[in-house]
Amino acid sequence: MINYQRFTLDNGLRVLVHEDHTTAMACVNILYDVGARDEFPDKTGFAHLFEHLMFGGSVNIPNYDTPLQEVGGENNAFTSNDITNYYITLPSANLETAFWLESDRMLSLAFSEQSLEVQRNVVCEEFKQRYLNQPYGDVWLRLRPLAYKEHPYRWATIGKELRHIEEATMEDVKAFFFKHYAPNNAVMVVAGDVTFDQVKLLAEKWFANIPARPKQERKLPREPKQLAPRREEVYADVPVNSIYIAFHGPGRIDPDYPVMDLLSDILSRGSSSRIYRALVKDKPLFSEVNAYVCGSIDPNLIVIEGKPLPHVDMAEAEKLLWNQLYILKSEMMKETELQKVKNKIESTMVFAELSILDRAMNLAFFEVLGDAGLYNQEVAKYLAVTPSDIQRVAQEIFMPENSSTLIYYAKEQEHAE
Amino acid sequence: MLNRTVAPSRHDIQDIAFVQPDEVVFDNGLRVFIFRAPTQELIKAEFIFQNIFDGSENSLLHTCASHMLKEGTKTRTSTQIAEEIDFYGAYLMPEYSFDQTSLTLYSLNKHLSSVLPVVHDILNNATFPDAELETYIRNNKQTLQISLQKNEYLARRLFFKNLFGESRYGRIPTEDAYDRLNREDLIELYRKQVHPQNCTLILSGNITEDVLTQVRELFDIRWRNTSEASRIGSPIFPDFTPKTVVEERADALQSAIRLGMPTVNRVHPDFPAVQFVNTLFGGYFGSRLMRNIREEKGFTYSIGSAFASLQHTGFFTIATEVGVDSTGATLAEIEKEFDILRNTQATEQEIALVKNYILGSILGTIESIFSHADKFKAVYFYGLDLSYYTRYNEIIRNMTAADVQRIANTYFDYNNLLKIVVGKSSSNFF
Repeated sequence: MINYQRFTLDNGLRVLVHEDHTTAMACVNILYDVGARDEFPDKTGFAHLFEHLMFGGSVNIPNYDTPLQEVGGENNAFTSNDITNYYITLPSANLETAFWLESDRMLSLAFSEQSLEVQRNVVCEEFKQRYLNQPYGDVWLRLRPLAYKEHPYRWATIGKELRHIEEATMEDVKAFFFKHYAPNNAVMVVAGDVTFDQVKLLAEKWFANIPARPKQERKLPREPKQLAPRREEVYADVPVNSIYIAFHGPGRIDPDYPVMDLLSDILSRGSSSRIYRALVKDKPLFSEVNAYVCGSIDPNLIVIEGKPLPHVDMAEAEKLLWNQLYILKSEMMKETELQKVKNKIESTMVFAELSILDRAMNLAFFEVLGDAGLYNQEVAKYLAVTPSDIQRVAQEIFMPENSSTLIYYAKEQEHAE
Repeated sequence: MLNRTVAPSRHDIQDIAFVQPDEVVFDNGLRVFIFRAPTQELIKAEFIFQNIFDGSENSLLHTCASHMLKEGTKTRTSTQIAEEIDFYGAYLMPEYSFDQTSLTLYSLNKHLSSVLPVVHDILNNATFPDAELETYIRNNKQTLQISLQKNEYLARRLFFKNLFGESRYGRIPTEDAYDRLNREDLIELYRKQVHPQNCTLILSGNITEDVLTQVRELFDIRWRNTSEASRIGSPIFPDFTPKTVVEERADALQSAIRLGMPTVNRVHPDFPAVQFVNTLFGGYFGSRLMRNIREEKGFTYSIGSAFASLQHTGFFTIATEVGVDSTGATLAEIEKEFDILRNTQATEQEIALVKNYILGSILGTIESIFSHADKFKAVYFYGLDLSYYTRYNEIIRNMTAADVQRIANTYFDYNNLLKIVVGKSSSNFF
């Protein structure tokens, strides 16, 4: 349970305040309602590149990081397919520095050519480090366009290809900023050793005179219902075979989302989970297996993946994974097993509330989903799920015609030791 | 009119007072430290064992033993243990580090009495079943194959191998080493290592009298020593000789670079000052290495340096992954930064910035009672106490440009580093 109060500035900026005076720190979290799904198909990777540019100086403050470090603060940011989230933690005595820095970069950036040039390179190196220079690093560069044909989830946050980033121009950057970075497209959460009145004063002082910008309604193409199984097989420079099966599932605020999330927990969360037990521990069939949901706002993917042991061929491996899904569809699960994954949800929520930053991020995210108050209803939604919900949703999701299967075959090769 | 070009006034960062634990020693020799946070619903119980090396330096055995702890007892199978822990929403995590092996339980207060007996069983009656060991070996060999395709992993491996040789800190996993693991050795290690006299228990959260009574019943009265106090033994390290090791990888897009040397650890009086200089040099986002190699040159997504403290030594390390074409240029820039650090005094402004950054981040690491326990742990096993942090803050607050230069000239020497490159090197730089 997270307590908070809220107000909205005339320019549309929503501000949430969560007081916790057991800490000496404050945290300022600003979520911009823009992610990779808002990019043009021929300019992908932009929301993320843009996140890097937000640290390249703003209109009145040439350097973002230094003044913050000078007051003992730290910051970072992340971009997903749905949102871009920036956060600062700092000693609460210096809270105003965070308002000064964040308001200036919401007002306008410096748009420095040098910064664009360097960050293009940095992001290209990030692309290589995470996606290209790793065995299986390109899974999501392949799986997304296999599973999504119309919706912009068909490309990864990093972008479709290096070229899109290399070709980004200053003109693109400015257009992106003025389209998406606006007080009326953002949620600010201030948490920790702060008071509501103090935050209200500071918000009025630093943010109130940033003009609202025209907000376009988001009109993303709906992903059409998948009607036939999809499949991609690659022979790659990887040491062992690997399989990924992705299924379409409900979006984040759909009532069935918690059911799908629990489905993935039943399959693979913790060492007593079903597929871990059946395929890794009880019989030597896979070296690793995993199931998880993407957690996207729009209709999601739930993924089952595994690396079979050398003596298990791929057709057999695939059958073994499907067999576990058939069991979920055909047999009503026991209450105790469901209770187990619910108990884990409950303790995980307590964990997630240990840090003020996590609390702030959660409030901001749920506010973008519709209402920060939804956060406090989350556990109850999970606890209300029944075994028949599980079976029903398993039957809806785990259908061959709803699946996209990606298989990596290890190329025969000599390994230099 | 609001002047946005002027920063708001700054306020001094206060030192934080760390929570002093209550200490209890049980009759069986178990030392217990208690960190209380009465409003928290979550309890952490951390059983920490000193790693025992009796003649052998085979640290892979310790890694395996720690993973295998949960894989079966005289009365519970691996499945039953997993089921019981998961059912109560608890987490039970074995963890191996260079000097200690720990078993950590997280549980909601209300479920503690259901999960503590499982932990007791594991610490008293673990059996290391052969079938589970086979699974461990099989899966780890497969994971190793994958890791060996990663330049960063190869570089790290070469780094530790060259730095620490055949000692416990230098042992790296190989397929052969996995195959040599066996149940007898595991049981022997378990007998020598997992008993109250070799254990420190750190309890944090809402530790009520009732919780303490439960802990005492299980881990004092019903936990006996199985072994005489064992010798931990000191490792012998190879003589360090700076050298360059290059492993060419035909298809590499990036080179993994790792540089470093053995150095002082936390017990050395210079350690806080060394941490200061390291922060300035490569220890945070605004460091000189990050500014130069990422923010000015764009050679990498990230570069960082650290001074790591181990029980018997310490080591300095710099790590990055850079585009293959920038490999040589990156090394040249790193060398330049060493020269500047040693030969040119830092500005007052930079010193002030690093001071505030460090003081703020100490404050920021404290999120809950668990963080207080972590701070304590980080000094306790070096024979230090929480006054270390008072001294640390004092040293950080008083650092001068001259101090930085003195430390730089004592501990930062590019010509005395082990240099590992996995990927592609531009030959003219070697």
